[in-house]
Amino acid sequence: MREYLDFEKPLKDLEGRIAKLVKSKSKKNSVHEAIEKSTEQLAMMEEELFANLTPWQRSQIARHPQRPSISDYLEELTENMIELHGDRLYGEDRAIIGGLATWNARSIMVMGHEKGKSLKERMRRNFGMAKPEGYRKALRLMKLAEKFQRPILTFIDTPGAYPGVDAEQRGQAEAIARNLLEMVKLNVPIIAVVTGEGGSGGALALGVADRVLMLEHAIYSVISPEGCAAILWGDASKSSTAAAALRMTAPELLKLNVIDDIIPEPLGGAHRDLSLTAKNVSNILETYFKQLEKIPLPTLLKQREAKFRNLGSFSSLQAGAKKVKTANS
Amino acid sequence: MGWFKRSKQENSKESSVNIMEGMWIKCTVCRAIIFKREVDRNLKVCPKCSYHFPMLIAERVELLADAGTFQEWDADLVPNDPLEFEDTLPYKTRIQNAQRKTSRQEAILTGSCQIQEITVAVGVFDFSFMGGSMGSVVGEKICRAIDRAVIDHLPFLLVTTSGGARMQEGTLSLMQMAKTASAIANLQEARLPYVVLLTDPTFGGVTASVAMLGDIILAEPKALIGFAGPRVIEQTIKQRLPEGFQRAEFLLDHGMIDQIVSRKVLKSTLATLLSHCGAGAVPA
Ligand SMILES: [Zn+2]
Repeated sequence: MREYLDFEKPLKDLEGRIAKLVKSKSKKNSVHEAIEKSTEQLAMMEEELFANLTPWQRSQIARHPQRPSISDYLEELTENMIELHGDRLYGEDRAIIGGLATWNARSIMVMGHEKGKSLKERMRRNFGMAKPEGYRKALRLMKLAEKFQRPILTFIDTPGAYPGVDAEQRGQAEAIARNLLEMVKLNVPIIAVVTGEGGSGGALALGVADRVLMLEHAIYSVISPEGCAAILWGDASKSSTAAAALRMTAPELLKLNVIDDIIPEPLGGAHRDLSLTAKNVSNILETYFKQLEKIPLPTLLKQREAKFRNLGSFSSLQAGAKKVKTANS
Repeated sequence: MGWFKRSKQENSKESSVNIMEGMWIKCTVCRAIIFKREVDRNLKVCPKCSYHFPMLIAERVELLADAGTFQEWDADLVPNDPLEFEDTLPYKTRIQNAQRKTSRQEAILTGSCQIQEITVAVGVFDFSFMGGSMGSVVGEKICRAIDRAVIDHLPFLLVTTSGGARMQEGTLSLMQMAKTASAIANLQEARLPYVVLLTDPTFGGVTASVAMLGDIILAEPKALIGFAGPRVIEQTIKQRLPEGFQRAEFLLDHGMIDQIVSRKVLKSTLATLLSHCGAGAVPA
């Protein structure tokens, strides 16, 4: 069963009407014509709607309950997956999964946030909100990848790091910070794909990569639109305004150099056609991994560092001019 | 994530900074009403509970640096408005207001100074400039300070106080966490000491990057330090938070910091620590 988002209601209504007509099994010419006309209209409506998505609508697609997750991509794209568990320090965090797998004839280390599908699974996975042990497990796997010289692929899809007493107690901030520092210096190629929701530090903890890619309707932000609206506008109903102001969509982040490329999604979003989406993901990954594999590691590391060093936008008052050094424009 | 919520609340009626403006002030920790002059004379430390009130950036430099040795770096860097961000006020206006209020261009001061004759590179966050939030300029200034530390073989000391990443610069501010972490990695490779002093309050993206990566992490008594703000956590878990949660003492008990150091001995402690770490010696 397809789940519709609230802005998809006109589509749902029209689809309902068409279904009714079809069900009537009427042989009348007029009914036949009505079905044809409505189907055409539906296609046009869909084109129009998804070509003009607002940032808030995109964020709803990014968080769609049926949005494909790392488990789906692993299923579609990899073989021989050996899942690896635990941080060897405290516990096993099911909000992040990872392991070794074969993808396009390569052994890779793959890991990412898993929000879960059913309510029961979502609760077990804490809705994709990791605790320190999740980030520490991820780092452990990355270090293994470095040891075995296997490329790293991360899938990012999280509302953020879990805000809880136990997470703070065990050093949520330290765990995230450590990953950032270690990832810059890892001696293997790294690609990160933001597949759904790139929620702040909890996303970035898997996001320091040689290439950062985003699915067309994914979002990546310093704070959720709801959180931003509540704090800056003092009004949680301003979420859609905040979503636009934060420039959290793939096209906008490409302009700001935060990401390197956008992976196209089927019309209506990744959940409408998993295997097509997975194919798109795989094709672009192949291109970029091939690119990265040709770069000598010391050069790769220098480029990775420079990539993050150059992010930001500022000016110098010196030399009289106001816009002297601007990293992005 | 809503660590900012807290910094906003900090600015409201309970704020220690605002209360400081009257003759009498109320301690944010023990709630005692204290004569302001007494607190000022006491290095801004509560005489009842020894909570360390926020210090102005100039007071911090005076406390730490040998007289006349501080030299500022990169004072010319100013923020842009890459997102053309506007909430109830345009970001540009917020920047101008903060610059007018603090007479500084941004939320961090960087430079070099001597601490009991040991030359160090330093960064000091300024909470009064947009809650000490880290945007592009703060990230860049930290990186440049570390670059110079590496070239001149200096230890790096960072004094933090911040609500987190600067929302008005969106994902670019999030990226400052990775950017600064990459600079710290270079400091590590150069085997130069990196000392962090956490002061009240330090939260969000600043804690989850520069603040928790110190070789040695010190904190001021009763400073609130965390990733998520206490109100966000309370709303999430729908339970009251444990007594003393996210205070420096709590972090010490949970193994997250090395020491809590009071202001009276801060400078001498830093000098001793830095010399143990090989600072001040001629580099090999
Ligand atoms: Zn007190």
